[in-house]
Amino acid sequence: MADITLTVDGKKLTVPAGTLLIEACKGAGIEVPFFCYYPNLSLQGACRMCLVEIEKMPKLQTACTTLVAEGMVVTTESDKVKQARKSMLELLLANHPLDCPVCDAGGECELQDMTFKYGAAESKFMDLKNHRDEQQWSPVVYFDRPRCILCYRCIRVCGEGMDVWSLGIQNRGPSSIIAPNKEDHLECEECGMCIDICPVGALTSGAYRYKTRPWEMKHVGTVCTHCGDGCKTTLGVRRADTGMQIVRGDNRDKSGINGEFLCIKGRYAFDFAHHPERLPQPLVKREGKLVPTTWEQAFDLIAKKFQDALTSDGPTSIGVIGSNHTSNEENYLLQKFARLVLGTNNIDHHRTADFPAFASALAGKQNTTASMRDVFSAPAVLLIGNDPTEQHPLLAWQIRSDVRLHRAKLYVVNSSAIKLHRQATSFAQIVSGSEGNFVQFLAGNDKAADSVVSPNLTREALTTLRDALKNESGLVIIFGSELRGADVKALVDFGLAQGAKFICLGDYANSRGAADMGLYPDMLPGYAPVLTATRYHEEWLDEIPPIPGMNLLQMMDAAKNGKLKALYVVGSNPIARNNIDPFALSKSFVIVQDMFLTETASIADVVLPVANAYEKSGTYTNTSGDVQMLKKAGEFAGVRNDFECIVRIAARMGYDVHKLVPFGGAGTRADMGQTRGAQSGESDRHAVWLASHNLEPKMSPYDPTAMLDEIQRLVPGYDISRLNLLAGQDVHSQLVQITGATGMGDPALIMPANDSLFTSGTLGKFSDTLNTVYERYSPPHDLEMAADYDPQVRMGG
Amino acid sequence: MKFSDQLEQRFATMVTHYPTKRSVLVPMLLYIQDELGSLTEEAIHEIAQRVELSDLEVRNVISYYSMLRTRAVGKYNFQICTNVSCLLRGAEDIFEQCKKKLGVGNKQTTSDGLFYLEEVECIGACSWAPAMMMNYEFVENLTAAKIDELIEGLKKKEQQ
Ligand code: SF4
Ligand code: SF4
Ligand code: SF4
Ligand code: FES
Ligand code: FES
Repeated sequence: MADITLTVDGKKLTVPAGTLLIEACKGAGIEVPFFCYYPNLSLQGACRMCLVEIEKMPKLQTACTTLVAEGMVVTTESDKVKQARKSMLELLLANHPLDCPVCDAGGECELQDMTFKYGAAESKFMDLKNHRDEQQWSPVVYFDRPRCILCYRCIRVCGEGMDVWSLGIQNRGPSSIIAPNKEDHLECEECGMCIDICPVGALTSGAYRYKTRPWEMKHVGTVCTHCGDGCKTTLGVRRADTGMQIVRGDNRDKSGINGEFLCIKGRYAFDFAHHPERLPQPLVKREGKLVPTTWEQAFDLIAKKFQDALTSDGPTSIGVIGSNHTSNEENYLLQKFARLVLGTNNIDHHRTADFPAFASALAGKQNTTASMRDVFSAPAVLLIGNDPTEQHPLLAWQIRSDVRLHRAKLYVVNSSAIKLHRQATSFAQIVSGSEGNFVQFLAGNDKAADSVVSPNLTREALTTLRDALKNESGLVIIFGSELRGADVKALVDFGLAQGAKFICLGDYANSRGAADMGLYPDMLPGYAPVLTATRYHEEWLDEIPPIPGMNLLQMMDAAKNGKLKALYVVGSNPIARNNIDPFALSKSFVIVQDMFLTETASIADVVLPVANAYEKSGTYTNTSGDVQMLKKAGEFAGVRNDFECIVRIAARMGYDVHKLVPFGGAGTRADMGQTRGAQSGESDRHAVWLASHNLEPKMSPYDPTAMLDEIQRLVPGYDISRLNLLAGQDVHSQLVQITGATGMGDPALIMPANDSLFTSGTLGKFSDTLNTVYERYSPPHDLEMAADYDPQVRMGG
Repeated sequence: MKFSDQLEQRFATMVTHYPTKRSVLVPMLLYIQDELGSLTEEAIHEIAQRVELSDLEVRNVISYYSMLRTRAVGKYNFQICTNVSCLLRGAEDIFEQCKKKLGVGNKQTTSDGLFYLEEVECIGACSWAPAMMMNYEFVENLTAAKIDELIEGLKKKEQQ
């Protein structure tokens, strides 16, 4: 669009036509105050805070609804303007309770800030204040009517932003009141968006209300540890008896990929961290019972048991299971530990998506994966399978915003009418389980349509859809775990032909990281087959035989047959998540690192209590490949992080930890300028890499950034800007397989988590917020348990 | 829920008059109120579905207009204007007289369910002040005698 030149407060500005005056001012660093205006939501023009003087216009104008015009001359802070704003504030304060000393928003309240600025604190009104008691609308949302300044932000964000439409306005004029959809309570997605967008303390959250004051907390921006979307969440922490307690989660600074979005999990489900059942010290099994022990004894015992198994039955008698919630550094370290220290490829994790097939289908092509940000601006999106509203709330938000703000075309292919079909340009309801055939049809196999068509979907409609898709440029293709193996390949081939970008949806916060870091029996980090010589073999893997190890289910079978002497489970709960019979593990020595006595931990021989993702540093890779830094926010006395535990066990086993973690300057073995052999004349590769990246050598073996150095140096796609990572930004990684082997990572082993908006695997079981909300929305018959159900046992499922 | 044949027919033609379905909401609410006496939960839900809005949105609209109501009022709805023009010409007395004669206060219904009394703002009949509305009819140039006559007449009509 053509550019327009205008003058604001004597400054000449040039902005595109169609820009709102308030945005033009903001862009030039001129702050026009506002209440009811909110970027990306429809215009309201209700509060009159943004009044400005415009030459040749007789009255003051609202900057939030005025479009810039050529030659406009604007004054944003004249006496007249100030007086108008001051009067508006006086009216707002006329019935405001002024209970700032106890209000949650005190100190972070836009009304307080404005009053401070314009000095409208003196009241000319003598009328009695119209008081209403606070109401609880849901476990999450509380409403304090007298504090409401009727800016309508909550209504618009719930409707336009969330597509939930559960808040409305009743009555008219000064008696207007925000109303929930069920007369006296809410039925909604409990996202808390309305609470955070409220400029005052009218909407408050069950999690935070009356708990603390904003200035008493330390605010740490880190990454949500629930689903695979990687929202940035700013955690407010405060000192408590047990360490630093997280009391609030929000993203009001809009600094992450998620902008202001967070779902209930990122905003409120941090409470598992201080759940009363959290383990404060290591446990060891004595006479069939888990009893407290010391860290030293626990490490000694584990090292001894590993050594015993190695001596008696060799490396293949030990298995390792990693996690979808531990950091990339921990995952990388864990597989290195398994392969080097234990000497086994028996390592796996709970797989929720076919990332290996995806990586091999992309065959190393650059810029073929979409980031979470790309979804916000893509001209067209194809979504096959999954239900993002439930399983990937941020992705659903990105898609909705893209359709609403950019008129993107959305093609939804699903076996049920998922909520996103309301935004869809085209919705194809295919027969359940026929996602693969749909893709084969897309790829040109017309016969595959036979099993896809249904009374809801004709063959003609399918053909029209295929033709339409072929004509979309800039398409982002997003697919759920319904597609695996050859179907992923067919879809990628179809999309690549027209320059599409892809997102493969996996569940849990770091499932993509677990896959990228090589928690597979047949693949190393970067999806490199253990069978072929790789740079890992060159640097550290030359001693172990290049034969694939056992996968998770094979390990369980081996355990049942008494062949698995020891099993090391880090942050995973296979008994519940993969439906393993607990007795299968009775013959093995089981070591579990977890926060709670999960189903798996409760049958272990040693349990090490560990920190969760909110309590440590490291990196996470979300399902679309965006890498972000975790920052330590919370703290729980007595626990250690998984990284440290792994290193300490290796050290106890007499392993040289320098070989495991490149710390102290001389990190790898290819160093010290050998005079003979392949490395002759070379200096330490790791040190060279560090120097070339302006990084310091790390001084502690417990420093996860030392591991990140190695990851960035060796895992393709992870050589990304460290500076941006450190600055708290998301950095998109390329998905590159080291060699293009196919058919790795058995698709049959993929078990989707099937979490809903209100569940989050094992973590969710220990979040009271999620449990309360979940119970509220499940029909009563869901709560009827088997007769032997013990409500005290809060695990599993 | 089904409305009377006549109303159903009306709805069917009216929806075709507007580019979007929701536009028919306000007139329909008035007709439904006339038919049912008030906008019941059931009726709100029904009309919401028909015009593709949520129940909440329909309730938002109802609460905006003082002529739309969710609770039944008397069969004869007396809305007495007490705004300036009428006030100057004795509307206060008229209102007091109604109160006494009907034995109810502002916004109340008589025990037999026949009369509902309400004080309202200007109804646009200032030239014939004091004025009132009885359901959809204007009654103008009110006097004490006129009120007596009106109420008596209605009572008689109901007894037959
Ligand atoms: S919590 Fe979310 S879904 Fe519920 S009312 Fe608020 S914005 Fe709407
Ligand atoms: S509750 Fe808050 S966000 Fe909603 S209208 Fe009132 S002040 Fe605005
Ligand atoms: S969408 Fe996912 S990453 Fe974002 S807050 Fe919710 S659970 Fe966390
Ligand atoms: S911000 Fe412009 S009227 Fe409210
Ligand atoms: S003042 Fe009574 S009708 Fe106008």
